[in-house]
Amino acid sequence: MLRVDQAGLLVTVQDLGRPGYQHYGVPVSGALDAFALRAANLLVGNAPDAAGLEVGLGGLTLTALADGVWSITGAAPLAVTVNDQPRPLWTALYVRARQTLQVHQPAGGWAYLAVRGGLAVPLVLGARATYLRGGFGGWQGRPLQAGDRLPIGSPPDGRAPADLAGRTLAASARPVYGAAAVVEVVLGPQSERFHAGAEATFLASEYAVRVDSDRMGFRLDGPAVPPDNADLISEGMPVGAIQVPADGRPILMLADGPPTGGYPKIATVARADLPLVAQCPPGQGQLRFRAVAVADAQAKYRAQLAALRHIEDPDTWPG
Amino acid sequence: MRAAPPRFRPSGEAALLVALGDAIAPDINRRVQALAARLAAAPAAGLGATVPAYCTLLVHYDPAHLDYAGAQALVARALDALDEAPPAPARRVEIPVRYGGADGPDLDFVARHAGLTTAEVVERHTSRDYRVFMMGFTPGFAYLGELEARLAVPRLATPRLRVPAGSVGLAERQTGIYPIDSPGGWRLIGRTPLRVFDPAGEPPFLLGPGDLVRFVVDA
Repeated sequence: MLRVDQAGLLVTVQDLGRPGYQHYGVPVSGALDAFALRAANLLVGNAPDAAGLEVGLGGLTLTALADGVWSITGAAPLAVTVNDQPRPLWTALYVRARQTLQVHQPAGGWAYLAVRGGLAVPLVLGARATYLRGGFGGWQGRPLQAGDRLPIGSPPDGRAPADLAGRTLAASARPVYGAAAVVEVVLGPQSERFHAGAEATFLASEYAVRVDSDRMGFRLDGPAVPPDNADLISEGMPVGAIQVPADGRPILMLADGPPTGGYPKIATVARADLPLVAQCPPGQGQLRFRAVAVADAQAKYRAQLAALRHIEDPDTWPG
Repeated sequence: MRAAPPRFRPSGEAALLVALGDAIAPDINRRVQALAARLAAAPAAGLGATVPAYCTLLVHYDPAHLDYAGAQALVARALDALDEAPPAPARRVEIPVRYGGADGPDLDFVARHAGLTTAEVVERHTSRDYRVFMMGFTPGFAYLGELEARLAVPRLATPRLRVPAGSVGLAERQTGIYPIDSPGGWRLIGRTPLRVFDPAGEPPFLLGPGDLVRFVVDA
């Protein structure tokens, strides 16, 4: 069990999402930065899709009600303390019962907090992720607030806390986050709607992440890239799809975005780079897009997953 | 009728979009849903969730296990098998509706727009089966068609900030039911007491893609 002592604006329970209900109109949801949650889970010896906490602006203070192994991952200037002592990020930490763990999150990025055993909130539609607009999943379908007590699950195997504490993900294996990110995209699937000039403008320009962005999607400010015809018969779209309505202002869909859309899509962000997008703070962040081939985006994703193997077996990591 | 040849395209590096036509038509939509059902019934290694829409199916796949050509080959094989098998019969769902009044504040507008009495609008709305072409917008929202041309109405210029769950609306040649309280721009003609979406329910969704819906007056 953990007890929430203070919670910022948006602290939610997230896992890797519920992909299986998109045909009923249900968003995938789950961690915006899936890499950081996967890493946090693997560090404490969980399955990568165990439920943890996504912590936004304003941070989180909690008290552990039992001894356990925890880890916190995410983008700088994030910091973590246990009983006011600074502790490293991307590292498994042994936390004793009644100790206070504090996640300091002064900027607009996301921190991910995993605990050995995962958060044992009920499965809703096959997942533990919170979908705020639908008011379901996670902890009572809402952000956490002071006073909440969340149950922690049983460890998935018999490894002792002492064998897990101190495990870390090498700095060279972590994403290089920043408020000015260059993000790889696969063009299409409606490339024919964007005459060559619009596609070239999109790839050559810098787009600011508007402050009215949220878990559904990022609204982008920059040179307009209107499609030749904005009416599209609604079709399925993955997380990372960049829709462009008639006004030419791109909208980058994120985890809580609808699984279908009726605007042409100029490109889709490569999965491996979604964490860079997610950690780009609305109101400050700037995105640039670089086109890559499907096979290259796939190779990058596989390399990113392979980097996580370093946690279990540090000797395999060349960097 | 010969089906149009499928068109495959990448939608990012972890999904492919297969188009089985480029129109809103029941025969195209039936094939889309049959393909989704086939892929769900006999899951191929590396293929993931699918999202059926009017004339396209988005097929997610795991790029850690499949490349684009491999994913396309698996979907093409399922399509070939489809043309040999008879289509599954559609499920029929009856939905009681209280028309007009506070439950359907736009019924009078729809009647005026169509040049009909409100009773005639209700009679026409309840006189045919509607197909669930696709689901989207919010969890459990089914796009039902096709509405007869006489009842087609434009959406509200300014959407309502809150449409109560269960409200039955019209927009262009479509009709639908709001599953949860949400903003909405469709013209509301009534409301069903049924719960269309309940995340903890068994099953959670009243409707699914391909179902046939008949509205009846809730007396």
